[in-house]
Parts: sequence; C-alpha cells; structure tokens
Amino acid sequence: MVTTKTDSNIKKAEVVDLTFGYTEKNVLNKISMPIYQNKVTALIGPSGCGKTTLLRCFNRMHDLYGEVRYNGEIKLYPDDINILARDIDPIEVRMKIGMVFQKPNPFPKSIYENISYGLKVRGVKKKSYIDDKVEDSLKKAGLWNEVSDRLHSSATSLSGGQQQRLCIARALATEPDLLLLDEPTSALDPISTAHIEELVTELKKSVTLLMVTHNLHQAARTADYTAFMYLGDLVEFGESSQIFTNPKEQKTENYITGRFG
Amino acid sequence: MDSKLATTFSKPQSIKRRVRELKELVIRIILFICAASSVLITFGVVWTLLKEAFPFFMEVSVKNFLTDKEWTPLFENPQYGIFNLICGTFLTTAIALSVAIPLGTITAVFLSEYMSNRYREILKPILELLAAVPTVVYGYFALLFVTPLLQKIYPDLSSFNALSAGLVMGVMIIPYVSSLSEDAMRAVPVHLREGSLALGASNLQTSFKVIIPSAFSGIASAYVLGISRALGETMVVAIAAGLQPKISLNPLESTQTLTAYIVQVSQGDLPHGSIGYKTIYVAGVVLLFFTLIFNLIGLRIRSKMEIKFK
Ligand SMILES: Nc1ncnc2c1ncn2[C@@H]1O[C@H](COP(=O)(O)OP(=O)(O)O)[C@@H](O)[C@H]1O
Ligand SMILES: [Mg+2]
Repeated sequence: MVTTKTDSNIKKAEVVDLTFGYTEKNVLNKISMPIYQNKVTALIGPSGCGKTTLLRCFNRMHDLYGEVRYNGEIKLYPDDINILARDIDPIEVRMKIGMVFQKPNPFPKSIYENISYGLKVRGVKKKSYIDDKVEDSLKKAGLWNEVSDRLHSSATSLSGGQQQRLCIARALATEPDLLLLDEPTSALDPISTAHIEELVTELKKSVTLLMVTHNLHQAARTADYTAFMYLGDLVEFGESSQIFTNPKEQKTENYITGRFG
Repeated sequence: MDSKLATTFSKPQSIKRRVRELKELVIRIILFICAASSVLITFGVVWTLLKEAFPFFMEVSVKNFLTDKEWTPLFENPQYGIFNLICGTFLTTAIALSVAIPLGTITAVFLSEYMSNRYREILKPILELLAAVPTVVYGYFALLFVTPLLQKIYPDLSSFNALSAGLVMGVMIIPYVSSLSEDAMRAVPVHLREGSLALGASNLQTSFKVIIPSAFSGIASAYVLGISRALGETMVVAIAAGLQPKISLNPLESTQTLTAYIVQVSQGDLPHGSIGYKTIYVAGVVLLFFTLIFNLIGLRIRSKMEIKFK
C-alpha cells in the first residue's frame, strides 16, 4: 500500500492492521489508514470489496450478529482508545460514532421524535434543550426550512432525499465524533444526491466524515481523502486529488479509468 | 426455419379458443364457490342465531333484558338481566388479558430480540404447546390446583371463582398473543433495528421504542385474537368460575359467563321453543356481538396505524 504523506492534519481515528472475517475467510486484510479530523474520507472500490464491512467495524455493528473476532485496532483520538477492544462497550462506541445507512431508515414516528431519539436514549429530559437540538440539527442537515411547520407529522411521509437528510440530522443531534455514511445517495435521485453532497461538504466544518460510495465522481467531488479497496485489501490511500489524477498503483488506475469493477 | 412455437391469432369462433375460455370460466366458478363458502357459512351461523333469538324478544321486553337485576330465566319468576352474564364474561376476560397481554408481549420481545435463531426454534413450539392442551384440562387445573393455592392466600376465596379461571385462561392465551406479536416484531425491517442501535440505543430501548411501535398493528391483531379467545372460552370458566350469574366485579366470588351459561343450559333437556331454549341463542348473539365489536376495533387500530406509518 502507498500512503501519501500529509502532516498538517489532525488524526481523528486510525485503523491499524485491521483484519476481519464473517467466517474463516478474511473479508478485510490488514487494513491501515488514518481518518483526519474535519475532513471527508471516501471509501471506494468494486462491489463486495469490503467497504461496508470496514465501515461497520467503526461502530461495532458486527457485534450484533454474534461473537466476532476483530484483529487489529481502530484507534479513536484524542481519547486514544482502541474501540475494537473487548472491554470497550459497543453501545458507548455507538454513542460517539454515528451512522447513516444506504437506504433511508427513519423510524415510523414523527420528525421531531426521530431527531430527539438519540437524545432520549442518552437520558436527556430537558424539553427546551431537545427542542433547540432538533432545530439545530435540522438546520445543519438543510431540512429545517422544509419541515419546520410539520415537525410532528410522520417522518415516513417525507421524500426519499428528505428522509436521508432526516437520518443525517438524527445522527448529528447526538453530536458524534465521527459520522459514517454507507452509500448515502445510492437510493436517491440526482437532485437529492446533489443536496446530500453539498451537505457532506458543509458538515465537515463540525464533524469528521467517513463515506462509502461507489460513485467515483461523488468521491472526487466531496472527499478530501480517498481510500481504494480491492478484494479486502486497501490498495491505496491518499488525497482525493492525487488518487483521481495521479494514482500510484496500477489497480487504482484501472479502477478509476473504468477498466474493471 | 419453421418454428413450432410460432403463434397465430385465432378467430373468436375457433374451437380452440372456445375451449380455453370455457376452462377459464369453470375454474373461476370453482374458485368463487370456495371463497364464498366461508362467507356463506358465517352468514348461516349468524342467521340461525338471530332466527332463534328473535322470538325471545316476543316474550321478554328489551327493557327487562337490559335492566333486570338477575339472570334467572329458568326460575318460577324469571328475570332476564343479561348484564349478569356480560359481567362474568368481562370479568374473566379482563383477568385473563391482564395476564396474557403483558406476559405475551414480554415473551414476544424476548423471543424476537434476545433469542438466537437456534434457541427460538426450540422454545417457540414448546410455548405453542400451551395452546394445544385441551381446555378441559385447564379447567380442572384451575379448579383443583390454582384455586386451592390461592385459598392459602385468601382463605375466603370461594371454590368457584373468577380469579383462578381468569388467571389460567390468561396462561392459556399467552401463546396466541406472543406468537403473533413475535411474528410482527420480527417482520420489522432490520434497518430500523440497526438504525436505533447505531444511535447508541440498547436492545431494551430498541425493543420498546422502535420495534413494538413499528409492529403495533400486528401486535394489536394479536391482542384482538387474545380477546376473542378469552370472550369465547368455555370449558375453563364453566368448570372453575361457577354457575352464579351476578352483577359484580369481585374476582374472589363465583360468577357465570355467557359461554358457561350456554353449556349449563344445553346440558339439561330443554324443550325446543321454550324460553330457556331461546336464551341459549340470545346469549350466543350477545357473545357474537362483543367479539365482532372487538374485531372491528382491532381493524380500526390497524388501518389507523397503517396510515400513520406507511
Ligand atoms: N453478514 C455477512 N456474512 C458473511 N459474509 C458477508 C456478510 N456481509 C458481507 N459479506 C461478504 O463480505 C464481503 C464484503 O462485503 P461488503 O462489505 O458488503 O462489500 P461492499 O460494501 O464493498 O460492497 C463480500 O464478499 C460479502 O459477500
Ligand atoms: Mg456496501
């Protein structure tokens, strides 16, 4: 693997020699990469190369489906803890690291209840605080103007693009250190997609983002850093401008020029 | 190259086409008869009940039926206060539901959210066995085991009482509630469950704040089925709750339900057309009426939830 040197950035997290498999077979092989604070990092690669699997390590989602073996570490800074360690409570990890799924998944509740859900789960009771947080998160997600007059109507009545921004707002309300996005626009139309891309670029002022996408243009447009994965290996990591204009690895070049995948 | 599959348009009068259309028609008629028969049978049952119950009101005024203090249709000076039986029915049903709904729901949460597939496959059939035990067994279990047990706590509990009949009936209904509720909970899309957990919610929070509300229309159906079972349950209450209709909500006394009354009277040989004979049908109609009401309420809840959530 080739990593381009970057000094001026603060690391928010770092994957160190991460190996993971659902069964005997490894789906991730010794992945190592940094995640820089207040930057957008994109994970690209052909279908089935392990992007989702890697993303779901960050919030210990795999733990939901039985005993799993993580080899290696994901360090979270500035706490400097390995969030994959056995003695770390996955729930506490998920409290710090938010996630937006491929398909918008609002709860069948009102818009307000969706946004306040994460706060309620954390035991926040104060109504004025929750109200402010709901408004603030919806504003950050660029949804406030569209829904401010119907906060108490059902979230499932929103359009797909609005639902996805609602899901982003829902995650933002909990003030995550890191926001994971798994192909957040793959179920959306081009206009909604453009909306989400703008939003992602805007959000990095306040949060660190790690985004899976199989849309290369999206990665090139929105990501500061890009990691190219292939068959469970991290082939190349670097600044997006470098990856997309001057890849160092042949495989990366083949992929971005559309020769495979 | 000549192809055997090449089709041509047939003329409307052609034999081939006539035969095909006739076949379609026959099949359609057969399917219709099958679908219609269950509806017809239901109407037949309702018709029979109404036909036999109607003459009852030639002899007894509706006012007496609704306001008489007692239900003693077979006595010298008969009284026809139906609320005596309704009271018994509702009392035992309420007791049963206060057992079956909480326990059934919690069991469903446990099965659907906390059990691994392997153990669930073992546990669920065992639980469903509860529903396979003949109800007469439950009746004697209530009378000969639960009542004596409860009498250790309340010494003045009568040997026939609504409490133990209701409790045992509740246990009997648990699998109806839990099994359907669990199906509904497991049908909640995995992305909702993951969405909640990804926000830092625990399994318990996810179950009660996301899974149950999302599955509520299915859970409501389960409750309605439980209510219908409790309203219509006969053997347990006939054996363990007693034969004394009364307007009272005291669970420690004996009582009589609509169903138990029907069993009691139909065991004697009442002459066809006598007032006693007609009361059987009247009780049946009242029972059907309440079952119907609860089913309609269930339907309402379901369609409301579907509008809200879809
Ligand atoms: N729950 C699972 N159990 C077993 N294998 C899985 C599971 N999920 C994904 N995989 C396998 O892991 C590999 C990587 O999958 P994934 O991370 O979903 O790829 P991507 O998101 O890059 O398309 C694939 O070969 C896939 O078949
Ligand atoms: Mg994926």
